[in-house]
Amino acid sequence: MPMRLEATNDFVVKFANVNGSGSASANRLFARSILRMGVPIASRNIFPSNIQGLPTWYEIRVTEAGHLGRRGGVDLMIAMNPQTFARDLAEIEPGGYLFYDSTRPMPPSKFRSDVNVVGMPLTEIVNARYTDARQRQLFKNIVYVGALAELLGIDLAEVETLIGEQFRGKEKLIPANLEALHMGRDHAAAHLKDAVGLKVRRADAVGNRIFLEGNDAAALGAVYGGATVCAWYPITPSTSMAEAFTKHCHRFRIDPDTGQKRFAIVQAEDELASIGMVIGAAWNGARAFTATSGPGISLMQEFIGLAYFAEVPAVIFDVQRGGPSTGMPTRTQQSDILSAAYASHGDTKHVLLFPEDPRECFAFGALAFDLADRLQTPVFVMLDLDIGMNEWLCEPLAWDDGRRYDRGKVLTAEELEAGRDFGRYLDVDGDGIPYRTYPGTHPSRGAFFTRGTSRDAYARYTEEGAAYVDNMQRLLRKFETAKSLVPKPVREDAANPTRHGVIYFGSTAPAMREALAELKARGIELDTLRVRAFPFAEEVIDFILEHDQVFVVEQNRDGQLKTLLVNEGAIDPARLISVLHYDGAPITARFLIDEIARRWALLTGATNREAAE
Amino acid sequence: MTYLAKPKLHHPRLSTNALGFTRRDYEGAVSTLCAGCGHDSISGAIIQACFELSLPPHRVAKLSGIGCSSKTPTYFLGASHGFNSVHGRMPSVLTGASLANRELVYLGVSGDGDSASIGLGQFAHCLRRGVNMVYIVENNGVYGLTKGQFSATADKGSRSKKGVGNQDSPIDLIGMAILLGATFVARSFSGDKAQLVPLIKAAIEHRGAALIDCISPCVAFNNHPDSTKSYDYVRAHNEAVNFLDVIERREEITLEQEPGTVELVRQHDGSYLKLRKLAPDYDPTDKIAAMTYLKEREAAGEIVTGLLYLDPRSEDLHDRLGTVRAPLNALGEKELCPGSAALETINASLR
Repeated sequence: MPMRLEATNDFVVKFANVNGSGSASANRLFARSILRMGVPIASRNIFPSNIQGLPTWYEIRVTEAGHLGRRGGVDLMIAMNPQTFARDLAEIEPGGYLFYDSTRPMPPSKFRSDVNVVGMPLTEIVNARYTDARQRQLFKNIVYVGALAELLGIDLAEVETLIGEQFRGKEKLIPANLEALHMGRDHAAAHLKDAVGLKVRRADAVGNRIFLEGNDAAALGAVYGGATVCAWYPITPSTSMAEAFTKHCHRFRIDPDTGQKRFAIVQAEDELASIGMVIGAAWNGARAFTATSGPGISLMQEFIGLAYFAEVPAVIFDVQRGGPSTGMPTRTQQSDILSAAYASHGDTKHVLLFPEDPRECFAFGALAFDLADRLQTPVFVMLDLDIGMNEWLCEPLAWDDGRRYDRGKVLTAEELEAGRDFGRYLDVDGDGIPYRTYPGTHPSRGAFFTRGTSRDAYARYTEEGAAYVDNMQRLLRKFETAKSLVPKPVREDAANPTRHGVIYFGSTAPAMREALAELKARGIELDTLRVRAFPFAEEVIDFILEHDQVFVVEQNRDGQLKTLLVNEGAIDPARLISVLHYDGAPITARFLIDEIARRWALLTGATNREAAE
Repeated sequence: MTYLAKPKLHHPRLSTNALGFTRRDYEGAVSTLCAGCGHDSISGAIIQACFELSLPPHRVAKLSGIGCSSKTPTYFLGASHGFNSVHGRMPSVLTGASLANRELVYLGVSGDGDSASIGLGQFAHCLRRGVNMVYIVENNGVYGLTKGQFSATADKGSRSKKGVGNQDSPIDLIGMAILLGATFVARSFSGDKAQLVPLIKAAIEHRGAALIDCISPCVAFNNHPDSTKSYDYVRAHNEAVNFLDVIERREEITLEQEPGTVELVRQHDGSYLKLRKLAPDYDPTDKIAAMTYLKEREAAGEIVTGLLYLDPRSEDLHDRLGTVRAPLNALGEKELCPGSAALETINASLR
């Protein structure tokens, strides 16, 4: 008999399914039932670029301690995909559990001697009950949810409640689902008693937290932030943001009297057209955005530069993923940092926001529109696939009803009528931000011609070098102003003074928090700074200068944030040590602990050698 | 260089329109295009059309891409906001602008390089979306600013100034526009202001995507004897199928012309177009027949001009999207932000 992993409220379950088999909603049902037990979870989809047939995985980390990063390793594998059976089996921790469909007998050589095997004849059970092929497929998923609830000690009433909520309005589907659920439960109770040493025990660790995807939250942020125009082109992993915006607008933005829409959403022919529409709408005074990913950012480069020079407040949600074409696009990375920060030709740099979770996706999603209007420049909200397309447990979304949109420096018809001097690119008050007018405002004043670079402070055409340099310097002043407007970094110092720090951002946050506790236990104390925006606030540069060595954790190969820090902060590169994770899976605490501990040993070793010399 | 403003002295007897503006109030800066450029005549026609329609100049937004044609918005409607965008992408910028404020008149100016080559995709998609706009292609078959390369509308077999023959089939912007769902499609000639001005007026009044392909000879690079876009060639081969009078809604409609030669077309918004037919059998509301006629005449070497296709039941992008009447850029927190109570409901549904 293999060893048995025994754990309560602290283990990892992974579902291996076939894409398009209806497993996603069943797996989500399972995940949410654990939340309803008051136990936090972190869930992640690992899916292919495919509609039907290819393998897909769903990983749930059950964590009463609230570690929301990916842990790595699997304690219980629900192996529902024969195609990937061997590699799924290989992933299980020694002493872990394999749950599989035992309808077809399999030779012992197909299993591992150090893994506990839990077989259930799922196909046989559903084939005996259902004749329709699709029903057999769909209810098989519900049957295994019922069995797992029994095996892990999840209160079936929670699952039943969730089924009731899921089919609200379609009540006639509820009994059939409950029947399948009970079939699974009954079989497990009768045949698989105490087969698994992993348990879910009711706790009170979820609080009032919510469970949602970053793309969904960012879309809500755009609704709350007053976006009225969305132009987009389908691209994984950003598509669900545009779709969520559509959904939320239909709920919240229909004129109750006329049924007409207080929004316009256009699925454009490509990313060039998407950003062109955003720029046109923003130029004309509407709050507008696009949702895209790395390849879209590449295609938009020329337009982004135009928006920078013409000073048009465009908002771009970049849900980052792996490189071009197919393959890595359904995997997560933070690898668009440089291409977004310096997007386009000529001298350009752009405001970037780095949300850490769906709650910040919402907050920054709304804030981006204020910043874009205030600064009259493109603003990027840098999500990634991990935040964007996975449901995360996070604090509830919040909105202050007293908040007013900051539309920035826009002259009204009254101000123009009063004879106020208007130079579209004139820096009136030293912050580098000029006034603008919306087309159609005043019959004879305030009109201007929008171009790229060849104009003076009054928007008159000129190719004179001095006027160009003047304008470029003003744009730099504007970027300085941005530093004081973007979200400040979040700093947390170690309990004891330390000469070492770590900088991280975005979806790395939960894994980093978890790693810090373990690193501290190993005697590695680090001050931490979570960067939330570019341009970097003074606090970011100060943090680096206050420490001898700073780890910079990123999910890309080239240390892009580090490059940006070195370049924009005039930082000596020797101060910064890159910790890089870029295999497409979300970064884990295990990885961070190993990497930082390894570097730490080298560092302190080096220090000791220096001291000896 | 910085352009000099034109002197604002008006001739005392300049006529005024319903708004009290003279034609001069619709002008822009002095053109820097070559003397005799067809594009300047088109700018003149736009000025005349807006003046005659008594459009408040500030209620027009003029947008362009890159190229000689796209420079022209500086030279008309100086009191309007203008946007010189990037090469081939005017249609998307205009589409966005139109989404933000449906109440302005959108005038897109482009060229054959801008629309038929780099911007062919955006040309196609803004027409099929029915963006409410006037899209004028100032078509000279040649790249001017980069000194004389063929554009994609150059006719097969035509020769450049340097004597190089064009081997590629030309892009037929008119045929494409009709197929793609533009609801007002016209071709004209920069040298025929009498035809062009009413077409621009009608295109402005039209709700939906209106395309005017305007042949506009390039005096510097494409006005030689082997060109099919020269003044002489176009004059010799121009076959107008009709002549347009725009009837403003308030005018009483009377038909005095010979029956059968004049047709009144009632548009969706209640306005009328009065068409004087020059080709008696040509029905611009019959898409298939129009396409057949155009292809036949093209094969015979004619350049057919006039209002070539009109869908009187046109609708625009806003109609299709079902947006509110108020411009989206005029909506504020009250109309747009669902507030904290709604957010609490959302939070509750995510537990």
